[in-house]
Amino acid sequence: MIADQSDRLAQEVGERVESGQPFYVRGSGSKAGLGREVVAEPIDVTGHRGIVTFEPTELVMTARAGTTLADVEAALAEAGQMLAFEPPRFDSRGTIGGAVATGLSGPRRPFAGSTRDFVLGVRLINGRGEALRFGGEVMKNVAGYDVSRLMAGAFGTLGLLLDVSLKVLPRPTVERTRVLEMERRAALAWMDRITTEPYPLSGLCHVDGQLHVRLSGTEPGVVAAERDIGGEAAPDNEFWNALRDHDHAFFGGDAPLWRIAVPTGTPDLALDARTAIDWGGTQRWLRTRADANTIRDVAKYHGGHAQRFAPLAPPGDETPFHPLTTALMPVHQRLKAAFDPDGLINPGRMYAGL
Amino acid sequence: MSFVTDKPLDGALVQRQRKQLANEFRQFLKSSNVLSTTEQLSPYECDGLSAYRQTPLLVLLPETIPEVQRIMRICAREQVPVVARGAGTGLSGGALPLADGVLLSLTKFNQILEVDRLRRFARVQPGVRNLAISEAANPHGLYYAPDPSSQIACSIGGNVAENSGGVHCLKYGLTVHNILELKIVTMDGELLTLGSRAPDDPGFDLMAIMTGSEGMLGVIVEITVKLLPKPRVARALLGAFPTVEGAGQAVGAIIAQGIIPGGLEMMDNAAIRAAEDFVHAGYPTDSAAILICELDGTGEEVEAELEVVTALLNGCGASEVRVSTSEAERQRFWAGRKAAFPAVGRMSPDYYCMDGTIPRRELPNVLNRIAQASAEHNLAVVNVFHAGDGNLHPLILFDANRPGELENAEELGGKILELCVEAGGTITGEHGVGIEKINQMCVQFPPEELEQFHAVKHAFDPAGLLNPGKAVPTLQRCAEFGAMHVHDGNLPFPHLERF
Repeated sequence: MIADQSDRLAQEVGERVESGQPFYVRGSGSKAGLGREVVAEPIDVTGHRGIVTFEPTELVMTARAGTTLADVEAALAEAGQMLAFEPPRFDSRGTIGGAVATGLSGPRRPFAGSTRDFVLGVRLINGRGEALRFGGEVMKNVAGYDVSRLMAGAFGTLGLLLDVSLKVLPRPTVERTRVLEMERRAALAWMDRITTEPYPLSGLCHVDGQLHVRLSGTEPGVVAAERDIGGEAAPDNEFWNALRDHDHAFFGGDAPLWRIAVPTGTPDLALDARTAIDWGGTQRWLRTRADANTIRDVAKYHGGHAQRFAPLAPPGDETPFHPLTTALMPVHQRLKAAFDPDGLINPGRMYAGL
Repeated sequence: MSFVTDKPLDGALVQRQRKQLANEFRQFLKSSNVLSTTEQLSPYECDGLSAYRQTPLLVLLPETIPEVQRIMRICAREQVPVVARGAGTGLSGGALPLADGVLLSLTKFNQILEVDRLRRFARVQPGVRNLAISEAANPHGLYYAPDPSSQIACSIGGNVAENSGGVHCLKYGLTVHNILELKIVTMDGELLTLGSRAPDDPGFDLMAIMTGSEGMLGVIVEITVKLLPKPRVARALLGAFPTVEGAGQAVGAIIAQGIIPGGLEMMDNAAIRAAEDFVHAGYPTDSAAILICELDGTGEEVEAELEVVTALLNGCGASEVRVSTSEAERQRFWAGRKAAFPAVGRMSPDYYCMDGTIPRRELPNVLNRIAQASAEHNLAVVNVFHAGDGNLHPLILFDANRPGELENAEELGGKILELCVEAGGTITGEHGVGIEKINQMCVQFPPEELEQFHAVKHAFDPAGLLNPGKAVPTLQRCAEFGAMHVHDGNLPFPHLERF
């Protein structure tokens, strides 16, 4: 159950490097539907699991990549702590390695930080088959380039993650949600106003005509904010968990699901779509059959970007991620080559040629 | 010696190259922005680490992005190294010039281009001072969170290059957590935009790799920073402790209680006395250590947390706990901490500031071993500590006029850094490696990891012309230093000659 399989993984990668065989880094598969399909023999990391170190007063946990988020969160909960970036768990099989590799963050992100903000260190195997360690278990570390944060959201294309060290945070003493009936445009204006005030916010999402406001902090602090905000009380965290794991009814159905990220203060998007607005307005979920280029143009117009979240793109298909500019693509290609000169790890998972 | 060619520089050759290049740069830069005489160059021969000095080939002060691009193209063509410099307050020699290189000063890039209240960002040029951003945001009820102690002087471009922290970073993060977008010019003169004002920019996190890269990957020419709403209330506690262990225990207890203070700083007895002599903050000079803890948020939140923290400090054996009752008193609690470096400067002709980070639990052990090493080297050490995030700043007191004492201080500094690595920490928390800690990089990283860093640099700067010789040592250098990271008793790269 709990095993250090670093040597086995290093050996497997070594064999692929030797024979020049590309490979697909496979965790639980809970996020296999994201991005582009990789046609290569998998290397399974789920057996490489277990928490390596966890010291609550240091606010740091190091875990092997195959450790499930459920195990990580159970250990943290016992110490009254949490992963403040709230990575989606999807079908509850999701691993911590997959959470870092995909770099997805949940509802608390605009108030607490994103996945990469909490990455302190990684151990990885690069495309030369070398096991390397970057960063560490301390909060501040500027020795060498910040390779560990670079791994967050790289979808495993720069290296097979062995262990990750994350900053963790205490769970707030009190967490409560208010619900306000409001239409979408009014909700956007409301979010823009409330986020310029120093309220103890930890979630701000509008869906189906309701604005959900989560407050986290001390009892008197939350009570004071509730008084100002008004609305109705909602059951604890139920809504936020459903939103985080895409279990909310909004995520059902078969129309393509788009995620549009935009700057703070962006108005309602002129797109024909069912819409949920998270992250205080900076993340818009759209269910729409609108043309990909139209959606991307709207996102770009507002200084943002659009990713088709579902369905998965078959090999050879255009990437569901927002295309990289012609200026940045060569930088990405050279960085990929710096870690994986023969292009063996998760080839094409995000973009063709990376 | 040239870092690039490893060949001794011929004086006449340098003079000829200086003249030729200066002429070419004067074709598009204002003549007053091309510095080439000895008198003009000497103010640039060091940054905040004054023990290392070098006169650059030329100093250039461009005023526009196209000028920077053109400079870079010429330097790339001529294979002339480029060292970028902001305010020059860095403490690790990251902006130390090269004899055969251009020093690119960004001080003319001093404009705040945009402050947006609704969207909570500021777009600034790299030469803008850190504190000036918060001052510009203040009328909107906003501020820029990272506040290195040099914030009245240091520039935001330098903050990005070093990933600077400050006293508030446990709660509000480092520079990397507080910037949204960067414009950089590459060594071949290309202008790139990294990141965006929207979250999670597509592709690799190039912002992360650029932040803290010490001018090795590109020249930062514009920064968009995140602004935060100013907390309604901030209050500070000052706890005095008869032992360092007690103060260390209190730090753990506050965090275990689920409180992340806005600031959490520790000073040892030597630092308390130095600060008290200097600013008369009313510190208890007979204490072994003091903790300064700042709590911020809404009035209700702060009240509740003050009560909890007071009880915790008392529970950990504090001999005295004071709670600020006015803004003036809060400022006074901080005054001594913020003046700790100049206070130490008054005690000793010179001091050498270290910057290791350790897991907090190791604090008593590391402090004891620093005291031992200090006695062995016969040099006093004063400790100030960003206790919340484990970042130690031991200040080694010495007199550079006494023969051998600078070398002795450097040796003691090196030992302290190695102690930090041994305790599971790192040689630099926020000051950067620069030239100062380059040998200790060989202790912290084995050759394969150093080679991976070189490969990252190569992806941005294949000719190795940006700030060469800093931040990441060559394997040859590590072999010469003789402190190779030895894994399982196998000496790496046995074919390399050692001296």
